[in-house]
Amino acid sequence: MDDSYGELKNTSRRQLLKGALIGGGAAIVGSLAPAAQALSQTKQEVELPVAAYVFFTPAEATFIEALVDHMVPADQLTPSGSELGINIFIDRALAGSWGKGGRMYMQGPWQEGTPSQGYQSPLMPSQLYRAGIASTNQACNKQYGKSFELLDPSQKDELLKALESGKIVFEDGLQSKTFFEIAYQSVVEGLFADPIYGGNADKAAWKMIGFPGVIETNTRNIVEYKNKLYKAKVMSIADVS
Amino acid sequence: MNKNLTEVDVVIVGMGWTGGILSKELSESGLKVVALERGAPRTDNEDFSVPRMRDELEFGIRHGLMQDLRRDTLTIRNNTKQTALPMRQLGSFLPGEGLGGAGVHWNGHTWRWTDMEFKIRSMYEERYGKKFIPEDMTIQDWGISYKELEPYYDKFEKTAGISGKAGNVGGAIQEGGNPFEAPRKSQYPLPPLETSLACDLFAGAAKNLNLHPFPMPTANASRPYTNPDGAKLGQCQYCGFCEKFGCEANAKGSPLNTVIPFAMKQPTFELRMHSVVTKVHMDQEKKIATGVSYTNLMTGQEYFQPAKIVILAAYGLNNAHLMLTSGIGKPYDPVSQQGVVGKNYSYQTGTGATLFFSDKIFNPFMSTGGLNMMIDDFNANWNFDRSGPQFVGGTTINGGMYNGRPIEYHPVPPGTPRWGKAWKEAMSKWYLRSMSIGSSGSVMANRYNYLDLDPTYRNVFGQPLMRMTFDYKPNEHRLSKFTAQKIQEIGKSLNPEIMTGPAPRVGPWSVVPYQSTHNTGGTIMGTNPSNSVVNKYCQSWDAHNLFVTGASLFPHNSAYNPTGPIGALSYWTADAIKNRYVKNPGSLV
Repeated sequence: MDDSYGELKNTSRRQLLKGALIGGGAAIVGSLAPAAQALSQTKQEVELPVAAYVFFTPAEATFIEALVDHMVPADQLTPSGSELGINIFIDRALAGSWGKGGRMYMQGPWQEGTPSQGYQSPLMPSQLYRAGIASTNQACNKQYGKSFELLDPSQKDELLKALESGKIVFEDGLQSKTFFEIAYQSVVEGLFADPIYGGNADKAAWKMIGFPGVIETNTRNIVEYKNKLYKAKVMSIADVS
Repeated sequence: MNKNLTEVDVVIVGMGWTGGILSKELSESGLKVVALERGAPRTDNEDFSVPRMRDELEFGIRHGLMQDLRRDTLTIRNNTKQTALPMRQLGSFLPGEGLGGAGVHWNGHTWRWTDMEFKIRSMYEERYGKKFIPEDMTIQDWGISYKELEPYYDKFEKTAGISGKAGNVGGAIQEGGNPFEAPRKSQYPLPPLETSLACDLFAGAAKNLNLHPFPMPTANASRPYTNPDGAKLGQCQYCGFCEKFGCEANAKGSPLNTVIPFAMKQPTFELRMHSVVTKVHMDQEKKIATGVSYTNLMTGQEYFQPAKIVILAAYGLNNAHLMLTSGIGKPYDPVSQQGVVGKNYSYQTGTGATLFFSDKIFNPFMSTGGLNMMIDDFNANWNFDRSGPQFVGGTTINGGMYNGRPIEYHPVPPGTPRWGKAWKEAMSKWYLRSMSIGSSGSVMANRYNYLDLDPTYRNVFGQPLMRMTFDYKPNEHRLSKFTAQKIQEIGKSLNPEIMTGPAPRVGPWSVVPYQSTHNTGGTIMGTNPSNSVVNKYCQSWDAHNLFVTGASLFPHNSAYNPTGPIGALSYWTADAIKNRYVKNPGSLV
């Protein structure tokens, strides 16, 4: 790991504090303040605790860190999934409204249904996620004699593909495919959602693909940048709050 | 305990486009109007402010502006042999909730449906013979004509600030517009939007194939605009947060920035928010609607609001649900084919392709809800011969992207792994360097696609959920296959390095992936009480003081988006009520 990753890690911790302060209405950052200015302000703030989990148990945290680092490995494009905070994003999403089935119809009776009928689990997403991690580790132990995080990369690929296709049958009756899709969607969300939710630290995923972020007034750009690379400062919600 | 309120002239259920238009028109005519909206109030300035509105997770993925399913949903199944199960999460379609309804988070596509839809059965029978229409295809003439609706289309386009290029003004074909549109009396109120590279490439390819590309008519204001009522719209910023989002620039024509504020100015108008209507009441003879029951969600208090006129202006599906739970009209039965409420539920079909070019930059994030080029050669073009591909209906085909929001949009070539280094590299390489070709296809009414009440599941008010039985039929499979071939031809002619799809939609309809919030039918209009719920003035055959608005009126679904005729029919109904009905209450036909 090179130094810029360490710097990024510290930055994302500070960003986390900044987010918390904004939530309390205490932070005052000028509208459209350049990111650099925002950084220099946060640098004077106190050292912060490392982001901790509110939903995952220690064993689940180990699983999720291994999952996001495998799906989003560190390379020339971005730091690893856990360095981007995707694990923290997922933890917060599961602890929050979405994980608790916030806007879902949750009443019974329940039956499996056809694939066309979508989500039919009696579990709310956070319960399903928790059960899915336990069952996945159980399947790993059965097949490889060790839990998910200890598998080598090709075994992880093999295991994830078996979940994706539904080939693995969980002992508790949960559909492995259902768990895979919910876990996969959460990784994609944590990678690309605004950093205010704890993932996509330093907007690294947006920079990776060339998405300039939240403030876009393109009335002239759409003409001037037709078939041309548009380079702008990548802006997140916190940058302009 | 039902608290009785004082009678008003008109009670309107729902405050989106149709409720907004009727509220304005009827309260301005002097009628005392009360509108009931189940969701929360909101304003452009506050609720759609930046940066909060540019949150893809909250609004794009978690559906922050849409119907909350905890309270009410539907059950769904593909056919009558299956057990319908609840739609537990939003997916395939996204009904709105809150002031302005789905009119705040639409893309803005606004079409004039023609007599090819309104006279569908007679025109197809005349041209192709009776046998061309499959036996189980329950399409019917609507009882209304394009000529009657033309002034109302015009009014709606001017209200919403539609940007576009006319293709047929008074019968004279206009270069660069849609040559297949029905004749219009005037131009669109605003010129078309700028184009993107994807638009230009698609239009070039279409022209080379002797097709007729034109810009999508859309409620994204290409210039600052003041509508005939005096509502001011800003200029579209091509921010890429349009569909599923409210417009911070106030550039998307919506009921919230046009008709609703004008209704609110009237002393004869009252809006009540957080008010969920659960029943339309009828008198003892079941001839007249007497008012509605609703629950105020802030307090739980239930009210009875008596009214001389009741107008259902909720999302189309909810209009049908309210008719069914209120026991008004005879519910449709697919076996006996008796009854009308819930009949002819229809949807849309489509397919699409992604084209990858490593030497081009598309900047997908510079976009807006209607930024694409279209062809209508296989839809409103009546000369297009359907006897070869063997389908009733048609498809529009379009080139361009409406947004580049990254959770949803990060195209990669086929065969790319779904995770890992290769996935990241592919997203990084292709995000800026790919474009989409899409389509929107009609779905004909079918005997076995319908809405009724579910026998098992209930909403928070203890009422049965509505049950949707729907699947694509062979007619739609043939249309989708045809569409895929055409997209293939257009796409290939652009010589992309890689192209995915297009795969015809021939599998069962699924509630999971987003497809289209164009659910039609259930309270259809028609020529007599045995084939429809309302007459051509959107007036119930069962109770002459009950009117219904929205896409639930449509006896089938076209390739075009529904909002054009929804807006036009609302103005048409408003005129019929204030100019004729009020003076002489009774059947308008």
